[in-house]
Amino acid sequence: MGTVVEISSGFFLLVGAFLSVSGGVGVMRFPDFYSRMHAVGVTDTLAASMILIGLMLQMPESLVVVKLILILLLTLFINPTASHALAKAALHNNLAPLLDKSGDNNAGDDSSNS
Amino acid sequence: MTIRHILYLFLTLAAFWLLNSGIYSALMLSLGAGSIAFVMYISHRMDVVDHESQPILLSWKLPLYLIWLCKEVVVANAVVVKHIWLGGRSISPTLATINVTQGTDLGKMIYANSITLTPGTVTVDVVGNQFTVHALIRENIAALKVGDMDRRVSELEN
Repeated sequence: MGTVVEISSGFFLLVGAFLSVSGGVGVMRFPDFYSRMHAVGVTDTLAASMILIGLMLQMPESLVVVKLILILLLTLFINPTASHALAKAALHNNLAPLLDKSGDNNAGDDSSNS
Repeated sequence: MTIRHILYLFLTLAAFWLLNSGIYSALMLSLGAGSIAFVMYISHRMDVVDHESQPILLSWKLPLYLIWLCKEVVVANAVVVKHIWLGGRSISPTLATINVTQGTDLGKMIYANSITLTPGTVTVDVVGNQFTVHALIRENIAALKVGDMDRRVSELEN
């Protein structure tokens, strides 16, 4: 049992770390405030969940698990509210979003341009 | 503030305190009881104890909705990560207004928060029965306009 839990814990932590890095890369790569906020969303939701689940598996039979679950729940409840407040403040202060101008051209979906 | 709301508030606070403490000596338990009583007194004075502060009682369908939402969040994460590594040219940021069908403030709050929680879409503004949503990819707006999530949130309302 111990080995399986250790390996799955490591797997979750690794996936979480990769997603966190992806979120950071997205912040650097995306062009404007609003699209960067979507990149941060990855770190907020799935990356945080994965890392916290990995940490829960480190100490499976103690009260620490409950505290980590509470942290996870609070994160998932507070982050959308904070993101919404941030985006609303930006729009109301006339920060214009950089919008896609290509009309109905859907080429962006699967093109391997990068 | 009915007796039921008071009871549920007490049980929630007690469970929260007991799970966070882990030390169950007489001194600690009495301190916990004191803080629970203090928080309940403050909540009563602020007049915030009503059906909106007890979303656990919303509907028995809530767990099913949360499981569905978790699946949606994972799928949306995969899409956003894909676009992050494809680069800035693969995205098509869109700002759109969508109509919502929820009747209550709580329902609208759940829907707006669900949209924002899903990576790739952020609720920017809520005016009446319309949300302004910013999406990373145009397809996300189309998916919201189909109204699958909207319908599921409306079903949560009693």
